[in-house]
Amino acid sequence: MTVQEIKEIMLTVPMIPDMELAVTKTVESLSRFIPFTGDQVDEVKHAIIEACMNAFEHSRSADCRILLVFKVGPCKLTVEIVDHGKGFDPALVEDPKIENKLFKNVRKRGWGLKLMKHLMDEVDIVSNRNGTVVRMVKYADAYRKEALNESV
Amino acid sequence: MNQFNIDIEHTGDYAVIRSDGYINNLGGEKISEECCRLLESGCRNFILNLEKSPIVNSIGVSILIELIERVLESDGKLVFTNLTSTIAKTFRIMGLLQYAGAFPDELTALDEIKKM
Repeated sequence: MTVQEIKEIMLTVPMIPDMELAVTKTVESLSRFIPFTGDQVDEVKHAIIEACMNAFEHSRSADCRILLVFKVGPCKLTVEIVDHGKGFDPALVEDPKIENKLFKNVRKRGWGLKLMKHLMDEVDIVSNRNGTVVRMVKYADAYRKEALNESV
Repeated sequence: MNQFNIDIEHTGDYAVIRSDGYINNLGGEKISEECCRLLESGCRNFILNLEKSPIVNSIGVSILIELIERVLESDGKLVFTNLTSTIAKTFRIMGLLQYAGAFPDELTALDEIKKM
């Protein structure tokens, strides 16, 4: 843990319908400690909903639970979504495009990962046959450019 | 369990659908069912007001993509109003706004639908 990551909150949630909404309440509470705009809080909430839904739908986790670890820093929020499912290869996830889905007899779903990557500043996935850890970071606007330059 | 409701105002060849609640698979299906019922009765144009639906997930939006497809195939139009910044961004990321317009409010949307 870095000096900036002064607060860490762990939350275990069962994979039951709408539990992702309960997680967004935690995001709202923690966001008071970070100079996020309202839109940024909203973006984090939507990204976490997508990460939870992916775990709920695809992980096939035997314990039917996910662990969320929130690390609150003065200028950023880091969230890890952990499941103990079968894992997947992120490189094999197709980048969805609306022109490949509309007016074609294909399933319209598969947008979760793309949305997470666009709504958050950083998304890293570590996955193997023992489970998956999705790590996502959002920087407060005032610190975003500086933080992203440093990480390059 | 999440409560989801919709209010429908059907006038002539257009309908205003106002959703209230989380647009997940169930919310998306409810909107889709009502719009498909209206399509079958001859209504072609839809204004979907999401003012009271500030949270969506991609499964719910995927169902809206199917609905947009069905409306366009029926030579109709579907537009959104009162989107939060994040939902508008989500729709842009997914490419929905190339096929379904977004307007600040119902009156503006109705004016635009009449011009289209």
